Amino acid sequence: MKLASRHLLGIEGMTADEITLILDTAESLAQVSRREVKKVPALRGQTVINFFVEPSTRTRSSFEVAEKRLSADTLNFSPSTSSLVKGETLADTARNLEAMAPDFIVVRHSEPGAPHMLAKICQSAIINAGDGPHEHPTQALLDAFTLRQKKGRLGGLRVAIIGDILHSRVARSNILLLRTMGAEVVVSGPPTLLPREIERQGVSVARRIEEAVEGADAIMMLRIQLERQTRGFFPTLREYFRLYGLTAERVAHARSDVVIMHPGPINRGVEIASEVADGPWSVILEQVTNGIAVRMAVLYLLAGGGEEAA
Amino acid sequence: MKLLLRQGRIVDPSQGLDETADLLIEDGRVAKIGSRIPPRGAETFDCEGLVVAPGFIDMHTHLREPGQEWKETIATGTAAAAAGGFTAVAAMPNTTPVNDERAVTEFIVAQARLRGAVRVHPIGAVSKGLAGKELAEIGDLVAGGAVAISDDGKPVSSGRLMRLALEYTQIFDIPVIDHCEDTDLSDGGVVNEGYVSTALGLRGWNAVAEETMVARDIMLAADTGGRLHVAHVSTARSVDLVRRAKRRGVKVSCEVTPHHLFLTEDACLTFDTHAKMNPPLRTEADRRALVRGLQDGTIDAIATDHAPHHTDDKSVEFARAPFGVIGLETAVPLALDRLVHAGLIPLPRLVELLSTNPARLLRVPGGTLAAGSVADVTILDLERRITVEPERSRSLSRNTPFAGWSLRGGPAAAIVDGRIAFSALDAGREPES
Repeated sequence: MKLASRHLLGIEGMTADEITLILDTAESLAQVSRREVKKVPALRGQTVINFFVEPSTRTRSSFEVAEKRLSADTLNFSPSTSSLVKGETLADTARNLEAMAPDFIVVRHSEPGAPHMLAKICQSAIINAGDGPHEHPTQALLDAFTLRQKKGRLGGLRVAIIGDILHSRVARSNILLLRTMGAEVVVSGPPTLLPREIERQGVSVARRIEEAVEGADAIMMLRIQLERQTRGFFPTLREYFRLYGLTAERVAHARSDVVIMHPGPINRGVEIASEVADGPWSVILEQVTNGIAVRMAVLYLLAGGGEEAA
Repeated sequence: MKLLLRQGRIVDPSQGLDETADLLIEDGRVAKIGSRIPPRGAETFDCEGLVVAPGFIDMHTHLREPGQEWKETIATGTAAAAAGGFTAVAAMPNTTPVNDERAVTEFIVAQARLRGAVRVHPIGAVSKGLAGKELAEIGDLVAGGAVAISDDGKPVSSGRLMRLALEYTQIFDIPVIDHCEDTDLSDGGVVNEGYVSTALGLRGWNAVAEETMVARDIMLAADTGGRLHVAHVSTARSVDLVRRAKRRGVKVSCEVTPHHLFLTEDACLTFDTHAKMNPPLRTEADRRALVRGLQDGTIDAIATDHAPHHTDDKSVEFARAPFGVIGLETAVPLALDRLVHAGLIPLPRLVELLSTNPARLLRVPGGTLAAGSVADVTILDLERRITVEPERSRSLSRNTPFAGWSLRGGPAAAIVDGRIAFSALDAGREPES
């Protein structure tokens, strides 16, 4: 089987079979990173432009490593300091990139829908590496990969997502993916950071973090951006941690084999206590490792690769 | 010059008229309505099977001239209006320079006389520079031809300024038209706050930000005795606030746009910037409440909020695109198809919403076919089939969310001051009989 779309714009619209295909492919490709020569020729001769309009270290590096391990030629283009400042529109910048005949454009942008716009303009395959608070599909896929690795399944799991749901592309993509795969999702955070009608995404809302983590198989913590406090969504970081920070005491409400996840970068003592981030439940660094295999799988499948990966 | 409109269905709520008859126009005035009027040298139009109504008036248009002529001019905007069945438009003051002084008002009036296909009624600014600080020279604006004042595009945020405007305009008996938005509460929102803002991660524009301003304005109108007109109501609770205020005798009126009547927030789900306007498209429950407001008389007018924007400006990320859609050529076909043919309101009610009431609220000529009144006439063909093709618009802009819609019913002709401004009719000289 193949993916229905030639782009990866979001988890929205993906089927359970497609998600499973990506995760299975990632599993086969994961071993490439454990070899002495960490490279396969799958994307040899193909060009990938990493077009990051919003700053990112983790995601961009992860994509770049994935591309290189597939033997693609990569170019990093971060126009925050060049053309977009000179008044060029996103569409025109994209047309210029397109003129270099890349096979893929991996795009990170602060505005929801920016990758969808590129997909309408460009011949290249577009991969969404995060569009504002909208979606971050490869993050959700790598979270799912990690979770499946730990739990052996996704269906029937109870997953708590805690924090700034309103501004989180990680939460949106994870909710879509987990619901598609049959997991139960409960979200919790300050009511000022819970978006309206979030229940219509098939999740339940818990007022208190203790309720949310009760019996959870996994807890996904979201990064709190300092800017949110200055816009008044909560009074102080101190109070945020007191009400919604993940401490060992709170983890005790979850299942004993719970896994703690975080998309990074973590704010110690803001959304997560060090004892938890560094504790036995934490799979935060494994998420980073898995990100490479999952992004390799996405590139490989979009390039037309079939089931028998690598 | 004489025009004879033969055997049309004359629908004129101002006279309680809905009957088949002839209508004679002489020297820019309605001469008479009668069952069989001899032509006697008049150019005649066979209106059998067509509707003859007092000319439609769009209370809320942005013509962009002066200052943004690449988006629209008085010539192109009024040509679009005529082709859409309107015989007059009221032009909002957010031009460059702002219509906050008489010279600008007079320029608009003069330009409309020279190049306008339909009547143009300027709307002056409430405040100098639309800055919301101090009143513009409203008396001078009225002397120059302004029929109302508004800071449209921007709300009158200051309660004190709104109070002063509602008091001061009583000298001239003109309405204050407010774009109701508490901008602190709407907080940079670009779509309705709810399911769509949540699904797309776009900043939400909370409905209460509109309703709280509607409520404030109504209380100020009641307190001052001024005439308030609420622009483009978009939520169920706004309609309800106006409904209850009218029952209490407050001098408040309101309008609704076709896009709020016929679209919901779901139109934004594909990040289509043509579905981005202010106030934003709301929920299906809101949309239904707007239709009920038309049915029970709470809403006085359908107005387009025709807001031309260049394709370049709309071809950007959703949040960065300007608010607004064009509407002059689609409003009447949409209303005929989705309201009249759909059985939601009878045709005479639609004529009230598009002609009788706007004329009454703005105190402008027209809105009636009574003998002696100006010969502004809209002729409708209820069976005309229309497919919305933006590239064929008379407007300079293409930003419509209705592209490709197939509609039943539309304008057949627009007559302004006894002259044909737009026509899809066949003229016949001096028929026998």
